[in-house]
Amino acid sequence: MTANLKSIPQAPVRAGLRSKERKALLYGILFTLPATLGFILFTAGPMLASLYYSLTDYNVFQSATHFIGFDHYVKLLSGQDELFNKSLGVTFYFVVLKVPVTIIVSFAIALLLNQNIRGRALFRTIVYLPSIVPAVATSIIWMWLLNPDLGLVNTILQWLHLPTSSWLFAEQSVIPSIVLTTMWGIGGTVVIFLAGLSGIPQQYYEAIEVDGGGSWHKLVHITLPMVSPTLFFNTVMTIIGAFQVFNEAYILTQGGPNNASLIYIFYLWRTAFRDTEMGYASALAWILFVIILLFTLLVFRTAKSWVYYEGEGRS
Amino acid sequence: MRTSTMKKSVVYALLAIMSALFLLPLVWMVRSSLMGLSQIFVMPPVWIPSPIEWDNFSEALTILPFNTFFLNTMIIVVLVLIGTVTSSTIAAFGFSRIQWKGRNGVFGILLTAMMLPGAVTLIPTFLGWKTLGFYDTFVPLIVPAFFGGGIFNIFLLRQFYMTIPRDLDEAALVDGAGYLKIYYHVVLPLSRSAIIVISLFTFLGAWNDFFGPLIYLKSTEKFTLALGLQMFQGSYTSQWDLLMAASAAVVLPCVVVFLIGQRYFLEGISLTGLKG
Repeated sequence: MTANLKSIPQAPVRAGLRSKERKALLYGILFTLPATLGFILFTAGPMLASLYYSLTDYNVFQSATHFIGFDHYVKLLSGQDELFNKSLGVTFYFVVLKVPVTIIVSFAIALLLNQNIRGRALFRTIVYLPSIVPAVATSIIWMWLLNPDLGLVNTILQWLHLPTSSWLFAEQSVIPSIVLTTMWGIGGTVVIFLAGLSGIPQQYYEAIEVDGGGSWHKLVHITLPMVSPTLFFNTVMTIIGAFQVFNEAYILTQGGPNNASLIYIFYLWRTAFRDTEMGYASALAWILFVIILLFTLLVFRTAKSWVYYEGEGRS
Repeated sequence: MRTSTMKKSVVYALLAIMSALFLLPLVWMVRSSLMGLSQIFVMPPVWIPSPIEWDNFSEALTILPFNTFFLNTMIIVVLVLIGTVTSSTIAAFGFSRIQWKGRNGVFGILLTAMMLPGAVTLIPTFLGWKTLGFYDTFVPLIVPAFFGGGIFNIFLLRQFYMTIPRDLDEAALVDGAGYLKIYYHVVLPLSRSAIIVISLFTFLGAWNDFFGPLIYLKSTEKFTLALGLQMFQGSYTSQWDLLMAASAAVVLPCVVVFLIGQRYFLEGISLTGLKG
């Protein structure tokens, strides 16, 4: 990206060009003004405001708002809010399950689709199709499929003489079930992997073949290093996305049973919009922001040791 | 030769299983949407509905005012599309085709929004709209699209604009054409495919959005399809035939749009992953 910017030569500064430069500055600012305003109005401003709210006891149904300093954060971080503890645990469980499963399964599917086969485009379309289905419809379809008594999944399991499950209706199986429903929509991740895979030069594989290496060698010594920037990108995006899951918790389970799927954003939404505790919910938002930031930084940190950029010194 | 044919058949077998798993939920939805309640629960499961209960659709879509929901959704989607396409192309132009001091710095700052979890801005944004009197209107769902149309789209378009040769602009500038003319007559026509990509993603994003309407809309007559479908699910919990019919009706437009524009979709996603 930076390389592209530098490739455009700077105009030499001459007296005659001054007005041209001023015109460029004026138009540059004018063209980007809506976007800059949007950033101030809908990102930077609200972000600072939410930091302020998080230091107050702002509640919609309360006449006066007081500045209470870090009270919310102290309460949350000292573990006094049982539901917060629960939702943090549930969310981590979800992320820890969702991220590796998503990455492994979508990479495996991408490898399969990357084979030199007939009907590749059709298979790719089939894999991608579910990810365009609206979340509400996805949820309703899966509620029906995973229905413990009449659902197709349990029916098939019974037919195969395998143990059935209560899926979304039992505390121990609800999070894995939600992960399962989100797996249906991994098409986007698969397509990004495919783009990464298609960029690997075929000669590299031929070189391994000449050396007598098999498929495993190809995977470990060529495919994985070459696709590592894509792997990195997908991992970061999946982590960020997984921490912010809401629709499934809201539509499928409403956080139940017994708060076993009280996913973070759902708890935040409930605190802000059902209990109208805007101040407290703002503190929740900032804690999540810091958690996501830490996780992203952690992945970036480790990236140096496993992400390989061809012909580039950066990581 | 042997082993490669063996390998091929294994690959095809795996692909077949995979496709079946991905398609099954959709097939099951369509199958259930066309069945009567007496047939839908039969064990072992029946795959082909007989008779085909087309009435499920008319019944499901009239119990709640789905035509109103559809109209509401269309109003929001169309306006969001107009806002996103105009404002993101203009912004991307300013960030790529005009040389001005501080350009890259400003763009870098705007890019940080891409990594930001929506939760951090949610509450003040909501309170702001509410104070302005726009709670329970479409305004909070539409207006942000006119302010840049999302940094992600600007980023994508900017990448694209930078590949258009600059000689074209220079020639136009020498001719005395202003930046607006270059934007409109040079850059826009050349970036049709990129605009289609962002339009498709924007369409789906707005059509499928659940969280925004959930937060901002209160009256049923203002609901979008996503919200209406969720409401339907809440009140007709075990009417699986009607629920599947309503779901299928909401899913269908997405599938049509996707199948028409799928080439652009797959290109667009690949772009986002590779140029990050």
